[in-house]
Amino acid sequence: MTESIAITDLADAEQGTSLWKDAWVRLRKNQLALFGLGVMLFLCVIALLTPWIAPYGYETQNLQLGAAPPSWEHWLGTDIFGRDMLTRIMYGSRVSLAVGFIATGVALLIGVLYGTVAGYAGGRVDAVMMRLVDILYALPFMIFIVLLMVVFGRNILLLFLAIGAVEWLTMARIVRGQVQSLRRQEFIEAAISLGLSRWTIIRRHLIPNTLGPVIVYTTLTIPSVMLLEAFLSFLGLGIQPPQSSWGLLISYGVETMEEYPWLLIFPGLTLSITLFALNFLGDGLRDALDPRASKD
Amino acid sequence: MGRFILSRLLQAIPVLLVVITATFFLVRAAPGGPFSAEKIVPPEVVKALEARYKLDQPMWQQYFSYLNDLAHGEFGPSFRYPGRSVNELILGGLPTTAELAFYAMLVAIFIGACAGVMAALKPNTPQDYIPMSAAMLGICMPSFLMGPLLVLIFGVWLEWLPVSGWGDLPGDKILPAITLGTGYAAYIARLSRGGMLEVMSQDYIRTARAKGLPEWVVVLKHGLRGGLIPVVAFLGPAFAGLLSGSFVVETIFQIPGLGRFYVQAAFNRDYTMILGTTVFFAALIVLFNLLSDIIAVWINPKLRHQLREGR
Repeated sequence: MTESIAITDLADAEQGTSLWKDAWVRLRKNQLALFGLGVMLFLCVIALLTPWIAPYGYETQNLQLGAAPPSWEHWLGTDIFGRDMLTRIMYGSRVSLAVGFIATGVALLIGVLYGTVAGYAGGRVDAVMMRLVDILYALPFMIFIVLLMVVFGRNILLLFLAIGAVEWLTMARIVRGQVQSLRRQEFIEAAISLGLSRWTIIRRHLIPNTLGPVIVYTTLTIPSVMLLEAFLSFLGLGIQPPQSSWGLLISYGVETMEEYPWLLIFPGLTLSITLFALNFLGDGLRDALDPRASKD
Repeated sequence: MGRFILSRLLQAIPVLLVVITATFFLVRAAPGGPFSAEKIVPPEVVKALEARYKLDQPMWQQYFSYLNDLAHGEFGPSFRYPGRSVNELILGGLPTTAELAFYAMLVAIFIGACAGVMAALKPNTPQDYIPMSAAMLGICMPSFLMGPLLVLIFGVWLEWLPVSGWGDLPGDKILPAITLGTGYAAYIARLSRGGMLEVMSQDYIRTARAKGLPEWVVVLKHGLRGGLIPVVAFLGPAFAGLLSGSFVVETIFQIPGLGRFYVQAAFNRDYTMILGTTVFFAALIVLFNLLSDIIAVWINPKLRHQLREGR
């Protein structure tokens, strides 16, 4: 979360406010996007405050109760050990959101740097760099991630890296395209003739101007990363107990869904609503920040 | 056109080499050999086994002999299932996975194109919003959630369809195909909506209408051809996704396909099986990307023209 805040601050400082004010006005008209933003803020607050506001302890068992359907004491029911589902979903949200934000951050960092360098260098360097991206694009990455997790054990840090390493490719392409078109504009020529160093031009003039599409694509990357994490956890290759994530809760829910359907339905619903919200927010931001881009 | 196909084929070679090399060394770097899980085996047996699987040779020699085998279409013996080759295992699982992917693709194209075209014909009306919101739902509902929910509703509660299996009971292919297909139906719906919206405002559509053609001929014959180009370009990557997605669906519905073999092989550290399936998957994906590129050129007169002019 802190990252995206940092980005907006930076943008405000660099760009003046008009573009962002304009975008905000447009975004406010899009009710679905506002709904998405609201859901995301709500979830982030809940995830941050979980240790203090969770109704029960994370590992508190109540074996006598066992798996109970939703009730007044346990709003979302309990699992087979009598652990409160609401509490477990809240703790799961910390891991799921953290994976989403951190892995996206990794993808953002690699993708923006790589794309900027390729787009700014142009010529042969650009051709070689983008050729590499094309080759990586063609790799069956899902298979590679499964392989990585199996080979090197189920390490959460590796999970971030692996997911981030997959998702940076599209970011690099988008940024490169932007930089290529910006490079020929007069303000860059002016910066060059003022004798600014290459790195300063990239940092002060190019990257801030690619922020619009980058923010849009970041918002759309977070849900796909969360989905990937849930997928891996579902296969038993992602987050390991005693840690908990939505994917893991869903995979437990599937095992007992015939007897205790609420153990599948509630984590599933939480994941779906979150993905829904993020996708709407991303679409809304695209319309707001980049009116020319079409909706697919 | 011939030169285009040839250059695309040549581009595929480095991709495959990267896949083979990366997988080969990754798998060899893995801690815990394929035999370490078993009870303690006498050292001479280990030696004999290592000799059989060429593990006693230096790494680079193993690598080149593997490349050589691959060039002859030979994936080597399985570590886990003695006496069976990886070729046999892949061929055993492939027809099932291909059948599943084919049905899923039919589901995806049919539902997706119908929803997308419907939405594009009356943009910004309920006829647009309803199918497109449903499409968003399809994107946000991952297959590992969709599958169990469908099983719960149609298999357990309503008892309309079998909950698992493949080809044993009538109708047991329906739920897996729907589970695997819906996510892609959603993407296809969005792509075809966008494509149709753009095409339907073109001059040649106005000409077709001016000729007095009935609206359904205009839409199906003149509109679809251009409107579905983005969909065709998506089919290659979609097929790749269907293959990887088949892991989950095959696990949920206990379907004896390639995806399930792959997950098992990964857990068993069946080196040759992992290598073989990864290379095989990669080759398939590269092939399908190639095919969809070719089809895209073939159905899009503009691209064909550009190619003929030598770009």
